Order: sequence, then structure tokens, then C-alpha cells
Amino acid sequence: MLKAEQISFRYTHNGPWILRDVSLAIEAGEVVGLSAPSGRGKTTLGKILAGYLPPLTGRVSLNGAPLPKSGYCPVQLIFQHPELAINPRWRMKRVLEEAFVPSAELLRDLGIEAGWLNRWPHELSGGELQRFAVARALGPATRYVIADEMTTMLDANTQAHIWQVVLDHVRRRKLGLLVVSHDAALLGRLCTQIISLPHL
Amino acid sequence: MLSVRNLSITFAMYEAGLRRRAITPIAGLDLDVRAGELLGVIGASGSGKSLLAHAVLGILPSNASAAGQIWFKGELLTPARQEALRGKEIALIPQSVGFLDPLMRVGRQVRRAAQLSGASSPVEAQRRIFERYGLRPQDARLYPFQLSGGMARRVLVSTAAVGQASLIIADEPTPGLHPEVVAETLRHMRELADEGRAVLLITHDVGAALTVADRIAVFYAGTTVEVAPVADFQGDGAALRHPYTRALWRALPQNEFISLPGAQPTPDDLPAGCLFAPRCPLATAECRAARPELRPVRGGWARCIHVES
Repeated sequence: MLKAEQISFRYTHNGPWILRDVSLAIEAGEVVGLSAPSGRGKTTLGKILAGYLPPLTGRVSLNGAPLPKSGYCPVQLIFQHPELAINPRWRMKRVLEEAFVPSAELLRDLGIEAGWLNRWPHELSGGELQRFAVARALGPATRYVIADEMTTMLDANTQAHIWQVVLDHVRRRKLGLLVVSHDAALLGRLCTQIISLPHL
Repeated sequence: MLSVRNLSITFAMYEAGLRRRAITPIAGLDLDVRAGELLGVIGASGSGKSLLAHAVLGILPSNASAAGQIWFKGELLTPARQEALRGKEIALIPQSVGFLDPLMRVGRQVRRAAQLSGASSPVEAQRRIFERYGLRPQDARLYPFQLSGGMARRVLVSTAAVGQASLIIADEPTPGLHPEVVAETLRHMRELADEGRAVLLITHDVGAALTVADRIAVFYAGTTVEVAPVADFQGDGAALRHPYTRALWRALPQNEFISLPGAQPTPDDLPAGCLFAPRCPLATAECRAARPELRPVRGGWARCIHVES
């Protein structure tokens, strides 16, 4: 279980609180939706759950233990804008294989074509780049995935395709999934439970 | 108001050294938008939506060449005319405040847009447009980076609506915004059309376009595959004309959430026949042999030989 207990966070000392005493838990195999207006700290919470940011107070635990401080993180975060999550000076093959070599089957499922591996990030569209970001996040050591507006910038067809692949992995490998989105229809389609963040 | 006929755009690109290669990201693009109408332009990234906007405004990069015709108010749109009309008769609502001058207060930028479009009193025009869009007088003194997401949208709409432009092109005006701001921005687009202007709403978000548009033009790999009245997007999509449009409709989470296998072809590797044939459930040898024409079908247009007229 991925658990956040009494998380509080603000970016600067004396700055406004972004999160205040937020607790949530995601079980393995569970798909939870997170929905709240802009500025309520959804993205910040995602970064804390995946170990990108340390909470000011409270703790994040995975099956009772803190997240590992080094190596591949079992909680993987996928961002809204893949172009900002990918090194622009690396060819896509290096981007893809940074942490592990994804299976040919995963690349085929995501529709990643062999020719794309030789390209630079700026030569691919947002939808094509996001497939790489998803492939990188579905490594063998992944137990939980945080998808922060993962398909907001994509057309409906690419959106449905990427979610099919992710949901298939979630089911087969009993991964936990947190879906952060503004799209009520999307959350309704994907999630068994939807939580919101309170106004501070 | 605006007619685009068989537009194609070719880029000359240099590869390693001086080896040159030409790519054609837009070929066979057609559309019409009338005064008082809001036309939604939808398609995946790489379908040519933004390039269309740049072609109409005449702001393509210098290594691009365009063929085909663009008509504005019954006259051919030449580069000289584009330069004369840009910002006056034809205005752009860009994607983000990244398109504003970061070092100029937003009030001054709106006044400059008013002046360019021939307003007699730019100061008064800016004051009125801020009032119309719920911006406070003191907001005029802010710099672009100080605007919240919602305020930024209102300033960007102001820059285009402050003048008398009769054609407004909005290029992805609602990217990743929260639902209230999206709804407000779309409402503003609708109001501009209801004042008698022609509005092109370019977006990847089918659901957003459907809430305010009169008709929808669907782009695929740089070509117009269908133009349909909004009312045809309902139920199982049986009223739609092109198999790609039906696939997009079915892919929405509120519908079947089913995707179509395969990917849009890239401009350097286009199939010889119908651009959609490699992914089309209806494709035949005839489809793979030649590009189909865009033809009138049941009150809309479709580029498919299998659809019944």
C-alpha cells in the first residue's frame, strides 16, 4: 500500500500552505482518481508521493517503509508535458533506456515505432513523446504510478490508446494507480474511487 | 469570410551537411468559415492545425512554401494583403502568455493591439474591453508573468477582441486549464461569433469544440477528412461521414473509450493513396491507389470513397 499520512507542504518558509494534513492510501491493483480545481496542490501531492519533493511534515510510506532514497523508484510519476521530462540532448533510445530496457512487447503495445528511437525529442509530437514517458514509468520494479494530467494535451484517440496500455499493466501486475485529472468523464471511466483536495 | 482551397505547405529542410529534403505536412487542406460562425478545427498533433493558422496569418517560416488558395472576404489573400490585414481584420488568440511581450505591461499590449486595428482611442478601447472580460482597471499594470491562468486567458482574448477583426483564429486557447476557465474561454469564443465575426477554434479537444462550435472540420495528416455540423456528433456517431471522425468520437471517455490501432503517417512518409487507408477498417485497393477528393455528403463534406452521399 502507498500511504500518505498528514502531509503538509509549502514552497517557501512563511509562504501559503499548498497542502495541509492530507492523507490518502492506494492499494495495489487499485485505481484512484484525484480531482480538484487548479491551485489546490494536486501536482505537488503527486511529486511528494513519488519522492520528487520531501513533505514538510507527515510521511509517505510504501508497504510500511519509506520510499528508497536511491535507485529506481517503485512509485513512478508521469507528467502532463513529456517534453519537459525528457533530456532534449539525448536521442530517444537513450531516453527510453535510461533506467532499464523496456520489452519489445511493451513498445509494440504503446505503438512506439523502431524509427523513432533514432530521433531527437524535438522531432516527435507530444503524443509520441508521452508514449516514451509511459514506457519508462512501467519498469519491472514499478509498483505504483501517478499519472498527473497524463493525456490532457493529447487527442481523444491517443488518450484512449495510452490508457488501455496502462490499465492493462495495472491489472496484470496489480499496480496501484493515481489518476490526477480535470476530466470528470475520464475519471469516471478509469477509477473505482475519486478523491478531492480541500480548499485551504 | 474565409475559404481555404487545396492548401499545401512544404518545408525545405537541411539534413546533415547540405543534403536537402522536402517534407509536406499539409496537403489538400480545405475549409470555409462564414461571418457569425464558429468553426471548430480538430485533429491530433501533427495534423496541421497550427500550420493552417500560420498560413492564414502569413507567418510561416521562410523555409516554407505554400500552394493552393486562401480567400478572405471574396478576394485572394496575397502576402501583401496578409501583412496589411494581420492584427486588424484578422486577429490571433494564441495558446499562452508566452506569445505576449514579457517586458510590457498587459494594458499597454492591449492598447497597442487596439491602435494597430485602428481604434480612435486605444485607452478607452482597452478600458472597455477589460470591463467586458471582467478584468480590473489595475490589472492593466501587471506583467504577463503575474497573471493567473484565468486572467491570462482574458487578456489574450482582449488583445484579439479589442479591434474590429472580422476573422478571429484561436489556436489551442484552452490547454490544460481547469474546467471553469475552459468554459469561460469557450463562452467568449461563442460571443465573438455571435457579434458577427468568423471564429476558427483550433483544438485537440473534441469535447470542448462541440460545446460551442456550429460546424467541425476534422484534420488528419495535414488534410481535411470531414466537415460536419455539430449535431452529427451524437449517439454511436452514425451520422458522421468519415471513419476517422467516427473513431475520434468513439474514443472519448464519455463514449466507448476505444482507440484506433496504428499512428498518423509522418509527412516524410505519406502513403500514396488515402492518408487514412493504413488504419481504416473500410480500406480497399482503390483507397490505396489514389487520394480521394473532398466531396459534399449529407450537408457536410467528406474525403472518403465509401461514404454514401
